[in-house]
Amino acid sequence: MSSLSHLDRLEAEAIHIFREVAATCRKPVMLYSVGKDSSVLAHLAAKAFYPGKPPFPFLHVDTTWKFREMIAFRDWAASHYGFDLLVHVNPDGLREGINPFEHGSDRHTHVWKTLGLRQALDQHGFDAAFGGARRDEEMSRSKERIFSFRNRDHGWDPKNQRPEMWKTYNTRVNQGESIRVFPLSNWTERDIWLYILREQIPVVPLYLAAMRPVVERGGLLIMADDERMPEDLRRQARPRMVRFRSLGCYPLTAAVESDAVTLEAVVEEVLSTRFSERRGRLIDADAASSMEKKKREGYF
Amino acid sequence: MTGSRHDAAGQGEEARGAEKTALVRVLACGSVDDGKSTLIGRLLAETHSVPEDQLAGLRTLSESRGFGADEIDYSLLLDGLEAEREQGITIDVAYRFFASRHRRFILADAPGHEEYTRNMATGASTADIAIVLVDARKGGVTQTRRHTFIAALLGVPHVILAVNKMDLVDFAEARFAAIVEDYRQAVESLGFRSVNAIPVAARSGDNLVVRSPAMPWYAGDTLLDHLEAVPLEAAVSDAPFRFPVQMVLRGEDGVRGFAGQVAAGRVAVGDAVVVAQSGRAARIRQIVTKDALLDEAREGQAVSLVLDEEVDASRGSMLVSPDARPQLADQLQAHVIWFGAEPMIPGRSYLLRTENDLVPATVTALRYELNINTLAHDAAKSLVMNRIGVCNLSLIRPIAFDPYRENRITGNFVLLDRFTNTTLGAGLIDFPLRRAANIHWQATSLTKRERSAVKGQKPAVLWFTGLSGSGKSTLANRVEAMLHAQGMHTYLLDGDNVRHGLNRDLGFTAEDRVENIRRVAEVARLMADAGLIVLVAFISPFAAERRMARDLMEEGEFIEIFVDTPIEECARRDPKGLYRKAAAGELRNFTGLDSPYERPLAPELRVETSGHDPQEGALQIVHYLLDRH
Repeated sequence: MSSLSHLDRLEAEAIHIFREVAATCRKPVMLYSVGKDSSVLAHLAAKAFYPGKPPFPFLHVDTTWKFREMIAFRDWAASHYGFDLLVHVNPDGLREGINPFEHGSDRHTHVWKTLGLRQALDQHGFDAAFGGARRDEEMSRSKERIFSFRNRDHGWDPKNQRPEMWKTYNTRVNQGESIRVFPLSNWTERDIWLYILREQIPVVPLYLAAMRPVVERGGLLIMADDERMPEDLRRQARPRMVRFRSLGCYPLTAAVESDAVTLEAVVEEVLSTRFSERRGRLIDADAASSMEKKKREGYF
Repeated sequence: MTGSRHDAAGQGEEARGAEKTALVRVLACGSVDDGKSTLIGRLLAETHSVPEDQLAGLRTLSESRGFGADEIDYSLLLDGLEAEREQGITIDVAYRFFASRHRRFILADAPGHEEYTRNMATGASTADIAIVLVDARKGGVTQTRRHTFIAALLGVPHVILAVNKMDLVDFAEARFAAIVEDYRQAVESLGFRSVNAIPVAARSGDNLVVRSPAMPWYAGDTLLDHLEAVPLEAAVSDAPFRFPVQMVLRGEDGVRGFAGQVAAGRVAVGDAVVVAQSGRAARIRQIVTKDALLDEAREGQAVSLVLDEEVDASRGSMLVSPDARPQLADQLQAHVIWFGAEPMIPGRSYLLRTENDLVPATVTALRYELNINTLAHDAAKSLVMNRIGVCNLSLIRPIAFDPYRENRITGNFVLLDRFTNTTLGAGLIDFPLRRAANIHWQATSLTKRERSAVKGQKPAVLWFTGLSGSGKSTLANRVEAMLHAQGMHTYLLDGDNVRHGLNRDLGFTAEDRVENIRRVAEVARLMADAGLIVLVAFISPFAAERRMARDLMEEGEFIEIFVDTPIEECARRDPKGLYRKAAAGELRNFTGLDSPYERPLAPELRVETSGHDPQEGALQIVHYLLDRH
């Protein structure tokens, strides 16, 4: 019998984490962002509680600016896996018509995602929230615990983290406090794709290359996904063979040119590429340490 | 078994060799001065683990910090937090990932200076290999010994001594050999499975990934080759079967599956297992995963086990091999690494969390503190942050465990604060105390119920807490007199009186106050067991000890009465003249003045004495007691 592969070990680690939360937390929730990491999380959650269903709902904090294909996939996935889907849209964002074209990525993200997430968590009183963040994504993440404690204001205090030894996790919180739980902490982008391929996990088709109408903006390829993109920009859109390495709000997510039309080809590309996936994310580039700052404020 | 279901999908990656990659956890220890950040940064860069855009950013940053045009300061890769970049220090353990041909590594990068014990221990707790860095110019220093010792204590099986900055000693073989010889002698007794040494120059990359042309005398592996070659243990999978139950999963047919991750050994369908806590035996009927029913499960696999008989097991239980069972005890000795800002005090109660169990526990004795520089056993009354002590612990009920040396997963625990829930310490279990195994609770033929029935009452512990002079004794005396008048059997334990006898050896330091309360709580428990209504009038200033006393009693038996009198009023009364003495500086550690009083947050009763007749308060208490069901 051969020994367990690294994917087997990462899978078992994540399943163990899911079960620890389900067994010890009062009211957990899965933060489901529709991307590839969320797809892997949903797949792992289904494994962790088999033959039962995951004993917690999936929450999508919608910014109203996601790619249309993401929303379609989200609704399909909810019925495919049979999970209980909650969608939260920040009413203040709706009322003020916050959008990335006029308000900039910083304010857009703060209102829709950070504040929206805090509203949803407070409204339901969740004491534990799963997320798909990985330590290889961004510098401040590399120091974050798997079970990451949040104070009553959802803030993260990087200098005052609970020591985390072995797999003996501290899942206890007082009223109003919560933990964010990252079962994929030790996975890399490469692991995610190898696992998606191995397990044949469905992902949003935007990850595969296709001819899509894109505009070049500041050296980045932005897809004209709907009519809300300003007319003058939209008129510059040309079809190009592109795919996305990470998915967010369409005006803030850059595509890369690619011919990878199958999962196999995507994995091939990921294994040979030398650029980080978050390079296409406009929100990280706003300011040095921007992710850490957002997390202190309660962003995922 | 694991491979079959992936054959169709996995062919592409099998061809690339990715499927066969093993996961290996590595701890890197040393300080910035030893060039640790440079070594790790370079290792990441040369294994292509750093994306091109990050490297480009690094080049710009390096130049702005005075590095040459083509030179990269790899250490800049590793500072994750804003404060770290601003202050140029490393605060916390970081996890980095890289891969070689057959292995995928998780590298815990533990800072050497600040809070080194906590960070080192965190990284070492799961590590398979520790890389200990030394500066070739300095050789092994105190810190090297310290790092190596912590790695050994936490059970890291393999150690690699990376002798760095060889370029600064002219790549001299003799210098390397001398450092290695010293180190080998120092670690001989520590029990590592393998000890290897590699001469490197991190800044130029010599012997990290590429062999060094400057050190032809060195015939061994490069660091990466060595990491790739260290034999991974079959030991855990040959160990006796251990399966900590995380939760029970139920299918639609109502069949109970015990979900968990195999902590050691293996188990097959048809094998006999027992529940460690109860000794109940059953056989494995199914090993369930969503992908398939398995014939066998082994160390590391997350599965759910269905047994052939209904046995009583749930979260906290451990399914084990019937032939080699774990320890089951409520008293144990452990090495405890302390993280809390408040020191650990013997007598205080904490929550003890094993991987799947949670139980209140009291540190009954701090046997000694382990000096990690000299390995000497130092006497200590309390354990401060980042120190390691050997303690006896007493648990409210027995847990199943193995000695940490035999199994890192079933032999560990963490200690949590009962109020803030923060993680205060980590424990490595040495052994059960023989006392626990040999002194069984003598089963007496009469029970508490019978003893109290003959007295026509229900036992209780009325616990009066409050400042000195708050009126605890006055109230307690009134209450006892009223109960006595009603034919109740009572006893009053008064703080001052008990200090004349049972606790005459104790002073007023925080440690002694904790022990004072522990003894009184134990006496109160025995008296309640005798069927009495016990009145305890003690300042008992710390919430943790009041909690400990509560946990000793049966549900509903402990009645906390907060005698809430403002300190100004207590000082005005000053029945024993103590406030006057304390104000004059003649008394130290006086509660409410220079020693804290933690107000009860949810007492059963709160009684005000200022401006109230004590009779009112006493009646309130008696009514509460008699109205209990």
